[in-house]
Amino acid sequence: MVNLIWLLMLLAGIIVAGFTGHIEVVTEASLEAAQTAVNLAFELIGLMAMWLGLLKIAEEAGLVALLARLLRPFTRYLFPEIPRDHPAIGSIIMNLSANILGLGNAATPFGLKAMQELQTLNPRPEEATPAMCTFLGLNTGCLTLIPATIIGIRAAASSTDPTIIVGPTILATGFSMIMAVAGDRFLRRFYNGRRG
Amino acid sequence: MTELIIEISRWAIPLVLFFIPLYGYLRGVPVYETFVAGAEDGFKVAVKIIPFLVGMLVAIGVFRASGAMDLFARLLNPVLHLIGVPGEVLPLAIMRPLSGGGALGIAAELIANYGPDSFIGRLASVMQGSTDTTFYVLTVYFGSVGVRRYRYALALGLLADISSLIAAIVICRLMFG
Repeated sequence: MVNLIWLLMLLAGIIVAGFTGHIEVVTEASLEAAQTAVNLAFELIGLMAMWLGLLKIAEEAGLVALLARLLRPFTRYLFPEIPRDHPAIGSIIMNLSANILGLGNAATPFGLKAMQELQTLNPRPEEATPAMCTFLGLNTGCLTLIPATIIGIRAAASSTDPTIIVGPTILATGFSMIMAVAGDRFLRRFYNGRRG
Repeated sequence: MTELIIEISRWAIPLVLFFIPLYGYLRGVPVYETFVAGAEDGFKVAVKIIPFLVGMLVAIGVFRASGAMDLFARLLNPVLHLIGVPGEVLPLAIMRPLSGGGALGIAAELIANYGPDSFIGRLASVMQGSTDTTFYVLTVYFGSVGVRRYRYALALGLLADISSLIAAIVICRLMFG
């Protein structure tokens, strides 16, 4: 599916640019995007290093294990195939906490760490495990309590009430989280059934 | 309420930076050395995701800059009009799963043009705050460990995105409509 979407975006873009007579836009946009990707990765190095450093302290101090123990009922339900004390649980919890608190920048390093841990449990390294799919679904459909970035933009645009959108955001993300969990259960069964 | 939430987001990271190293120190962890050991991984992971980022951003960049995305949005416009959604927010809905920075740009533009307290401004704010950049997360997370077959992860991510978009529209219509 991702192959098809990637190809379609590329081809549709080139065809539209060709027909509207500004094909040079394709050259410009593609080269610029390639450069942006590298800049983004380099910005990520600092963030990753900082959060992974803090995560390591939290791990060594037993904080991550404590959090994992507290949330065990949820993680057992959502990730039945991850062993009880596996480090993946801690990273998943840190990633979801960062998402819930609206700390987008902190979520990525924890998420990448969680994927590395999940990959150690993967019998077929080229293919995603069900736990990975669940994790990614939760990640995109995650409850958000404080959409900090957009509150900042609203305040900067001199809104009379920048945080009025917090309630609706909590409701909307709560709904999408429920849909992600339910959808995961359904797709898991459907996918396993189809493969026999 | 407003003040409280703004204060919480201002304090969240400083508190984490305060609490974790202090707790570690009190538990006898060599905090600085441990921090550095953990930070070492940051470089490797960031470099490993570069090819995946380049691939995804190039396709999105071409799709957007060529005007194909706007064309796609215009084609969908009549459908949205039927259910009472302002067409102005459609580019944001399409951009949101593709690119976080791009979507934030569109949301900021909508807020500036229509005012933060207009219906469109509020709807754009909720849409921006309530969905995630599915393609980025998928590309970067799977890319960093070399997973190439995504199983049903993309379908699930898009399901979550569409759910929160629909929820955002319904809730905004009920509360601000």
